[in-house]
Amino acid sequence: MSANSVLESPYVVKAGKILRAKQLTGLEKYFEIELPGREDLGHEPGQFVMISVPGAGEVPISVSSSPWKKGAFELVIRRAGGVTSALHQLGAGDVVGIRGPYGRGFPTRVLEGKNLLMIGGGCGTIPLRSLITYVLDNRDRFGEVNILVGYKSPEMILFKDEFDAWGQKRDVFTDMTVDRVGPGWQGKVGLITKLISPLQIDPQKTYAVVVGPPIMYKFVIQELLKKKIPEDQIIVSMERHMKCGVGKCGHCQIAQYYCCQDGPVFTFKEIRNFYEAI
Amino acid sequence: MESFYVLKKSDLDRFIRQLSRSRKVVAPVSRGVKNFVFAEVTSAAQISIQSIPTILPPKKYFMPQCEKIQEFNREIHQWNPVVEANGEVVLFGVHTCDLAGIQFLNTVMDVVPRDVNYAVHKQKIVVIGLECNDYCDEYASCRVMKNHLPNGGYDLFLTELKDVFMVHGGSAAGEKIVKEAGIFLKPDAAHKKELEDIRKKKEMIFKDEVNVKREDLRGVFERSVQSDVWENLGGRCVACGNCTNVCPTCYCFDIKDELDLNLKTGCRTRIWDSCQNEEFAKVAGGESFRHNRGQRQRHRFMRKFTYPVGKFSVYACTGCGRCSRTCMAKINLKETINELAGAVK
Repeated sequence: MSANSVLESPYVVKAGKILRAKQLTGLEKYFEIELPGREDLGHEPGQFVMISVPGAGEVPISVSSSPWKKGAFELVIRRAGGVTSALHQLGAGDVVGIRGPYGRGFPTRVLEGKNLLMIGGGCGTIPLRSLITYVLDNRDRFGEVNILVGYKSPEMILFKDEFDAWGQKRDVFTDMTVDRVGPGWQGKVGLITKLISPLQIDPQKTYAVVVGPPIMYKFVIQELLKKKIPEDQIIVSMERHMKCGVGKCGHCQIAQYYCCQDGPVFTFKEIRNFYEAI
Repeated sequence: MESFYVLKKSDLDRFIRQLSRSRKVVAPVSRGVKNFVFAEVTSAAQISIQSIPTILPPKKYFMPQCEKIQEFNREIHQWNPVVEANGEVVLFGVHTCDLAGIQFLNTVMDVVPRDVNYAVHKQKIVVIGLECNDYCDEYASCRVMKNHLPNGGYDLFLTELKDVFMVHGGSAAGEKIVKEAGIFLKPDAAHKKELEDIRKKKEMIFKDEVNVKREDLRGVFERSVQSDVWENLGGRCVACGNCTNVCPTCYCFDIKDELDLNLKTGCRTRIWDSCQNEEFAKVAGGESFRHNRGQRQRHRFMRKFTYPVGKFSVYACTGCGRCSRTCMAKINLKETINELAGAVK
């Protein structure tokens, strides 16, 4: 047995310096974070980090940037509790604690050469953006690319400029809807499931990647199954309460899986029979 | 090589006194009617040799209820991992059910990334087991879990015979203690016969405590996901979390930050947590994945009888009976298993 050096503790954090911060919506704030020595985070799209504000605590947050972005990474954090409220008080120059990346991300190798249908609901677009930007950075490795996003209301829309830029590309299809109209809204209104039905897709060649609030999965997956997309080609990212990020504390358990290590990304086939999953 | 020794009962006190001179010795100590706790002792007279399982299992020495894991300084942006290591501890009088519990925790905490805090505590602990020659009480189900007999996990293991304790050496650390003590003798044929007789007698006393065989337990639980039994348990459970706190294989924890009064320095601690609390699986948006008590009871049982079998090929229930003994709502593990088994047949 090796010496039990406390430095091997899985709870060791690195100092992450906030390079830029920007309020995106009333609830979400963007942070660009640099690790000591501009070390790369080394994440896969879909993975998360544990971020801490000393004194307030630590929370799991999905990485929103592509692994191809070097020297810094991006998080978009929704203010929902004590730690995220403390994070929202911070700006450029402040320092946070970072450990990770953790978890199983999107299966990028499997997705190569396939048609992609990426569906994001609300803050689910935050982790999905790490995959979208990865795919667009390597556009020739993928088949058709469809991006569908839905938000509760126009004020909740994230990455509007980027979304518009993706839609300008000739080989990318994008569509957006909001559940409720707001002042000046010209776009589509209705649930995100409405955007799926009119799509012409080849189900055998298509992988659907779905990230959104728990309630969205049930209905979106039903729609995808109607489209005859095989269960192991429907990929979801699950949100769970996490404290340790390293498969010990028990909070994120879904049946025998620890969401923090075995997930957060699962295929629908893997979890369809698990109660308490979706 | 089988290394057996005997320790005269009259020498037990000398042994405990010797041990406690150089390290902390903890053993079951009586705390009122039918209540025992692992607490520090310096003589044999303080120890309850015949005890039912202690209120808290020995996991509290491997993974303290509240443990500092990090110290931080907000001003200079420093975070230092911490293990608050105590000196050497001898756990004396650990029953076979609790040996199984320790072995289970060793397994899960050793999964990469290893839990260094646990590993450091473990390294400083010597485990001296003690055989139960008879049932502790009606709550135990150690036979069906095959934990009524020793299956390793100790440095020394004692079985009470008529005049002596038969002692089995289970590790180099155990052998070292025997050597240093200088009061352990070699057993004779009569001692070995006596041990054999006790084990034979135990086979008569200890019978499967539930109507399910050990190898079928997993299947019973897997087929019981939708059982009404959970709803019934949920109706009675008060979500106090006693069952998980006293369980020798429950290790879930919460992590919390505490800031010192200077508002600059502070520490991060981990604290035992319970899946029976509603907040346990709740996410920041308010969604809870086990919002009713029946689901949470089901989760607790599944974490003993199905999930660990898939992951580690072992049941996480040791049969110690603590969860049933402590439950204010009288939720009983043996009854629950029988009800589930009856329903799925």
